[in-house]
Amino acid sequence: MLSPVAKEGRTLAGERVIDVADLSLTFATADGPVQALSHIDLTVERGEFVSFIGPSGCGKTTLLRAIADLEAPTSGAIRVNGMSPSEARAKRAYGYVFQAPALYPWRTVERNIALPLEIMGFDKAEREARVAKGLELVNLSGFGKKFPWQLSGGMQQRASIARALSFDPDLMLMDEPFGALDEIVRDKLNEQLLRLWDVTQKTVLFVTHSIPEAVFLSTRIVVMSPRPGRVHDVIDCGFPRERTLDIRETPEFLEVANRVRQGLREGHSYVD
Amino acid sequence: MRNVLPVTIVVAALCALWYVGALFMNAQLQHDFFANAGNTSYSYGDFAAAELNMDRPKLPAPHQIVSELDRSIFQIEPSSKRSLVYHASITLQETLLGFVIGSGLGILLAVLVVHLAGLDKSLMPWIVASQTIPIIALAPMIVVILNQFDITGVLPKAVIAAYLSFFPVTVGMVKGLRSPDPLQLDLMRTYSATRWQTFFKLRAPASAPFFFASMKVAVAAALVGAVVAEVTKSEDGGLGARLLAGSYYGQTVQIWAALFAAAFCSAALVGLIGLIDRATARRMGYAS
Repeated sequence: MLSPVAKEGRTLAGERVIDVADLSLTFATADGPVQALSHIDLTVERGEFVSFIGPSGCGKTTLLRAIADLEAPTSGAIRVNGMSPSEARAKRAYGYVFQAPALYPWRTVERNIALPLEIMGFDKAEREARVAKGLELVNLSGFGKKFPWQLSGGMQQRASIARALSFDPDLMLMDEPFGALDEIVRDKLNEQLLRLWDVTQKTVLFVTHSIPEAVFLSTRIVVMSPRPGRVHDVIDCGFPRERTLDIRETPEFLEVANRVRQGLREGHSYVD
Repeated sequence: MRNVLPVTIVVAALCALWYVGALFMNAQLQHDFFANAGNTSYSYGDFAAAELNMDRPKLPAPHQIVSELDRSIFQIEPSSKRSLVYHASITLQETLLGFVIGSGLGILLAVLVVHLAGLDKSLMPWIVASQTIPIIALAPMIVVILNQFDITGVLPKAVIAAYLSFFPVTVGMVKGLRSPDPLQLDLMRTYSATRWQTFFKLRAPASAPFFFASMKVAVAAALVGAVVAEVTKSEDGGLGARLLAGSYYGQTVQIWAALFAAAFCSAALVGLIGLIDRATARRMGYAS
């Protein structure tokens, strides 16, 4: 399946990180089976920033969780770095950022960021170095000794991003990380995340509800539709890597945003 | 400090109520005393004063209990069998040993119930059933059975104390160890953390507030168990033995003094755990 160049794995682009083929996932609930995902096909290459957008219930979070081996698919196949999701999870191939910061309230910010490092057996000096680097990366230097409740929501979510980055996984899975934040904070974090992506060269899978957020951040946008969750459209966004929030005023940006909005409308039927 | 006023008012009200109760309950007895002694000319004041200072009243007045506590704690050598310090130290030994055994067992059971599928349904009903048997019925049997194995002295009574104290710990800790939310657990899963790591880095610290609440209930229950055990096996002494001796000889003042001593011990132990609780909460960032 892979091209000879991709097999070499030397070039940044062209290496396949995620390969989802004919994936379906059905939840057994008290009201009977609910099909969350239906026949999803998707590939993501190294260094991409792929956003998943769609209305509630379109399965975008479920898809991310299936890739992370937090849900088991009913049929179809997922490969993460050429491995099954459970192998990839065992190899700590990805960092996951949840909708809520999920910081442990009894740990200070720095000890929260050090949590994965403790579990993965990094020694103390290495942990301290990585925590300091992580705090700096998300602009939280000086807040390491604070407890989570002493931080604002945006700072907490930044700490959780630093935690996911601390063990330097190549792949970041982010599930509506800024969904609970106000628009001003969200804009700022979007810019920071973009810079972070540029600096760290990670592959990012990003779930969102927000069209401007998706268009601003992504190299590719996957528009999903509900009942059952499926891929409606995949839209390329070719904005330069160094971009600022200003590009949201440009005609190119609005054109892509329009296409996303149209895709969402087509996929979302209010009749049923 | 703004709590001082309400606390004082409540204590004063309870004392007043108590004095009224003592006057009411001892009236007939005092009346008979005076009648037997041929004393017919007494004022209400004399009668009330006599009523509140009887040797063996039905309900002793607060000041009688205070003076009995003072006598049996401070005036008598602590090594004497008439000293409450002597008896309280026996009770505290049994309580603490029972509390350690009971809370250890309680935590162990909780860890098993949380981690082994099926134990929740198969073991928990037995744990609950164990607490439906009145301890007063069970205590003599435990003493007899352990005696068969040459286990005597403090340990049988500590076992009875443990029997009462493990239950709140198991129930509280099962709840506490299950208190992490799904997101916090998912996070551990994304790190491929082992069960041990999830236990020590998530479940155990998350259960801390439940742990201390359980410990407070458990230590108070252990003291009740120790006192009940002493009533069953009174020759070794202890506050329970003191209660029993008091009731043999109609020494109501002695009974109430022993009761208060037990309550103070219990309150002190609960207070001590409360202090550790607060210190831990501060270290864990819960208190501001």
